[in-house]
Amino acid sequence: MLEMVIPIAFALLALSVLFSFLRLLKGPDLPDRILALDTLYINAIALVVLLGLHLDTALYFEAALLIAVMGFVGTIGLSKYLLRGDIME
Amino acid sequence: MLDWILAALVLIGASFTLIGSIGLYKLPDFFMRLHGPTKATTLGVGAILIASVLYFSFTTESASLHEILVTVFLFITAPVSAHLMAKSALHIKLKKVERTRSD
Repeated sequence: MLEMVIPIAFALLALSVLFSFLRLLKGPDLPDRILALDTLYINAIALVVLLGLHLDTALYFEAALLIAVMGFVGTIGLSKYLLRGDIME
Repeated sequence: MLDWILAALVLIGASFTLIGSIGLYKLPDFFMRLHGPTKATTLGVGAILIASVLYFSFTTESASLHEILVTVFLFITAPVSAHLMAKSALHIKLKKVERTRSD
């Protein structure tokens, strides 16, 4: 059952990556693009975890954790840049 | 039985992620768009991570808890980043649809 469901889940996640990427291209202002990048890294975490389930290895969680940390730092950095015009003061 | 629960969790997670991204694409306003992904993707990724915790706990005969770390980190950081994005959007006075109320 799980082997049948995992390709469907991959397809749904790929569709959601596509929608977020369209918003990243289209987004009229800067916060829309930041939000699209935030959604893209969360989709990437879901894809990596699903790949770990598909290949049956526990190797991929460190990658997911790293993507989570780096994506959070990136989002915070971009938002601080919009707020202050400067990231570190 | 476990197989069915895992399949349901993976499907729920992927569908919620897709719904969040559709919301990000379709909604008319940044403040409405913020609502979609920040709620749906944490639930979606949370369901997929719970599925992977269950799978690796039952196949390797030992509790595999380091996926919980990703879940906890996401659940802590998602509201913080959403708050900062909304704050910066308010700061640069982003234009909004008149249905979006401000206080």
